[in-house]
Amino acid sequence: MFARPRRPWDRTPPEDRDYFEVLGDGLVAYVPATSPGAPGSGGWSPPIGGAWVHVGPDGALRAFSGKAEVGQGTKTALSLIVAEELRVPLSAVTMVVGDTDLCPWDMGTFGSRSMPDAFPVARRAAAGARQALLELAASRQKVELGQLEASGGAIRVKGRADALSYGELVRGLRKVVRVDPQVPVTDPKEWRTAGGPAVDPHAEDVVTGRRVYVSDVQRPGMWYGAVLYPPRNGATLTRVEESEAPLEGGARIVREGSWVAAVAPSPRAARRALASLRPTWKFSHQPGESEIEDHLRTHPSPGEDWDTDEVTKGDVDGGLARAAVKVEATYRTAYIAHVPLETRAVTAEWDGPRLTVWVGTQTPFRSREYVAKHLDMSEDDVRVIVPYTGSGFGGKHVGSVALDAARLAKSAGRPVQVSFSRAEEFQQAYLRPMAIIDVRAGVSKDGRLTAWSFHNVNAGAAALRTPYSVPNLRETNTLSDSPLPQGPYRALAANANNFARECTMDDLASGLGIDPLAFREQNLEDERLLAVLHRVVDRIGWKARSRRRGRGTGIAVGFDKNGRVATGAEVEVDGEGRLRVRRLVTAFEAGTVVHPSNLQSQVEGAAVMALGGALFEAIHFDAGAITNASLKDYRVPRFSDLPEVEAILIDRKDVPAAGGGETPMIAVAPAIANAVFEATGVRLRSLPLVPEGKLPRHAPTTARA
Amino acid sequence: MSPSPAREHPEARLGFRLNGELREVPRGPKRKLLEVLRVELGLTGTKFGCGEGECGACTVLVDGRPLEACQVFLEEVEGRTVTTVEGLSTGGKLNAVQRAFADLGAYQCGFCTPGMVVRATALLQLNPHPTSSQIREAMEGSICRCGGYRRILGAIEQAAGTGNAKGGTP
Repeated sequence: MFARPRRPWDRTPPEDRDYFEVLGDGLVAYVPATSPGAPGSGGWSPPIGGAWVHVGPDGALRAFSGKAEVGQGTKTALSLIVAEELRVPLSAVTMVVGDTDLCPWDMGTFGSRSMPDAFPVARRAAAGARQALLELAASRQKVELGQLEASGGAIRVKGRADALSYGELVRGLRKVVRVDPQVPVTDPKEWRTAGGPAVDPHAEDVVTGRRVYVSDVQRPGMWYGAVLYPPRNGATLTRVEESEAPLEGGARIVREGSWVAAVAPSPRAARRALASLRPTWKFSHQPGESEIEDHLRTHPSPGEDWDTDEVTKGDVDGGLARAAVKVEATYRTAYIAHVPLETRAVTAEWDGPRLTVWVGTQTPFRSREYVAKHLDMSEDDVRVIVPYTGSGFGGKHVGSVALDAARLAKSAGRPVQVSFSRAEEFQQAYLRPMAIIDVRAGVSKDGRLTAWSFHNVNAGAAALRTPYSVPNLRETNTLSDSPLPQGPYRALAANANNFARECTMDDLASGLGIDPLAFREQNLEDERLLAVLHRVVDRIGWKARSRRRGRGTGIAVGFDKNGRVATGAEVEVDGEGRLRVRRLVTAFEAGTVVHPSNLQSQVEGAAVMALGGALFEAIHFDAGAITNASLKDYRVPRFSDLPEVEAILIDRKDVPAAGGGETPMIAVAPAIANAVFEATGVRLRSLPLVPEGKLPRHAPTTARA
Repeated sequence: MSPSPAREHPEARLGFRLNGELREVPRGPKRKLLEVLRVELGLTGTKFGCGEGECGACTVLVDGRPLEACQVFLEEVEGRTVTTVEGLSTGGKLNAVQRAFADLGAYQCGFCTPGMVVRATALLQLNPHPTSSQIREAMEGSICRCGGYRRILGAIEQAAGTGNAKGGTP
């Protein structure tokens, strides 16, 4: 951990930042933040927080980005491009992310924005540092810039062996350079480090247990806290009685109005102190599972404008009237939980009026804002540090748990850590929204889509728009007032929208009696999407696939966040209706591949995570309480669920890199559902498809209107 | 709170061999091994994932057998040998399973990795050349929420010198 600057650097003008007091002498090259693009144009672009690179007199290279690493590999991808532009090996770069005192402001690590936003900025900052080093060397050696080259952490005159190391060049220097927006960057076709095989320089820390995760942070004199959270949604605390028996192990209860918590030298003592309380709760009516669909349909909520979309074109009713085959159906996806293996955890420590919180969050700067606001502090006095985090999947956005730890630390006069139990992680976090999707679609006799009406209730706008060509369409979504807390989730609504769309496409093909592949080819114009589809069908051997009874193969495509994906699934359904997914092949294209090994991991992992949501993951609830809030009762994919998983990456060096964490998920569920349809003739329209592991006995077979 | 050689009440402390060293810690009612390891002994490589014995993130070896430390009471390890992930590499040298996980990048967030590595090490000690389905069966108790099972399987096969590291069909 670096020393604390006078003020957070993102809140200080570049010329006033105490870079060198904190990092030592040297050279800093920075790329300033940009402003957000205009909202409402359908192409809202977020503000991008800049980047900076420090070159130290010992040759140390440090790059700073406001992103957070929660297991998706952003840190290594950013390190790779910094190493590339500085002409050094990956291990020579220290990437600093997720520290609000030192890193450039950033909106948050979500929405697959790290590659499109943070990557080009880090790349320019590093290229700018290289340029500044070249200029230093040119003036030192009195040669033209063009005669110099950077390699191996040094600058040399081309063709000569002697070189000036970066460290020598910046010795005694305290220079800050604003990077020219036109600074030359390295063409991906010329990359030597980025885009190739890269071994994580920190791998040994991971496999030996040395890597410090959020819940592993230990501060001198640290105690542990536990908070009295409502046992159900809609519960409010009316009264708390404290036990008359003395608390064990030095624990004590802390109360601030209706906020009640325990703090103790050990987690167990804090939990026991909390359990000794006798709270009285008032419960409000909460819709149960049988009422939920009606509730969501009848309780619209305005929500955020970025999460609604509406496209209309032509005459949908007319197009349907002219269709040779029509389908009309409703699709549903259940609320599901992120289940990050590391539950939410925070450590808070006060130093006079200044606060530091170590928290597993995807939004360090928004978390800083949140904590400062609720504690009535200046953001200058709050430092949020995101250590390595045991996964997020969209589940670790701003959370009140940082505030809980800060309050407890203040009250206890010492650092305090709060870590969710697994039950709290289920009940107190938020969920992937349930989706209800109404689809009507029609197709002409010659296999052309004529009309498409698609409405999503509650889940959101991601991937709402069809990638297929349709002359008459209406695509809309509304958000709902969800009784269960809901929020971001890896590929969020794109999962639901793509599931409904790609199942409908198969239904239409089946209604026409034509091959699902041929039907897609006929209605798709996006060559990049067709390319991933063709890689998948070639790989699974679509044309020669087994048509044995009980065996089925399904395909689906998807487009979201500038990534294109196709998945092929092979399934087996036995005589009892038990479903087994045997194979998942996913082809993914998201422009230039920066870290192939990590992207492959992301695509494979996305397939497995999507398999859980496709087959069996579902939150159950009653009167506001989650009734399967444990890993015994909420099933996530395990080794025994693992099909043959394959990821095919298409590397387009001519197209900028898009994010890869989310979109690879979105074709998995429809591919499986389409394979089940081929195997059995049963069309399943709700996720999870087989919550009990078996197909329902009386399942619908077609949806023809 | 680190253990001190308090000799005056020997019955107040209990001893076990931890990563090759004899350790003594205070007894206490219903203390769980996981909390003692993480909080009292500072060995945070063993992770808390669920506290229900369902996820395998806190897997340690007790006399060579993989157990979830969140389900083990401290008294149960008295006089026994406990090995945590920190105890797998000797003299800074990774064991074969750790080496394979590192070389193949068989992790994403890495939070499940210590438990996976410990469990796989136990498997290979018992069965040096397991089949793919024996590996899956032995590893069923460990969850990788990032879904990295294929590479994990490949890493264990590589460590065992078996399989084609493809992690294919069961």
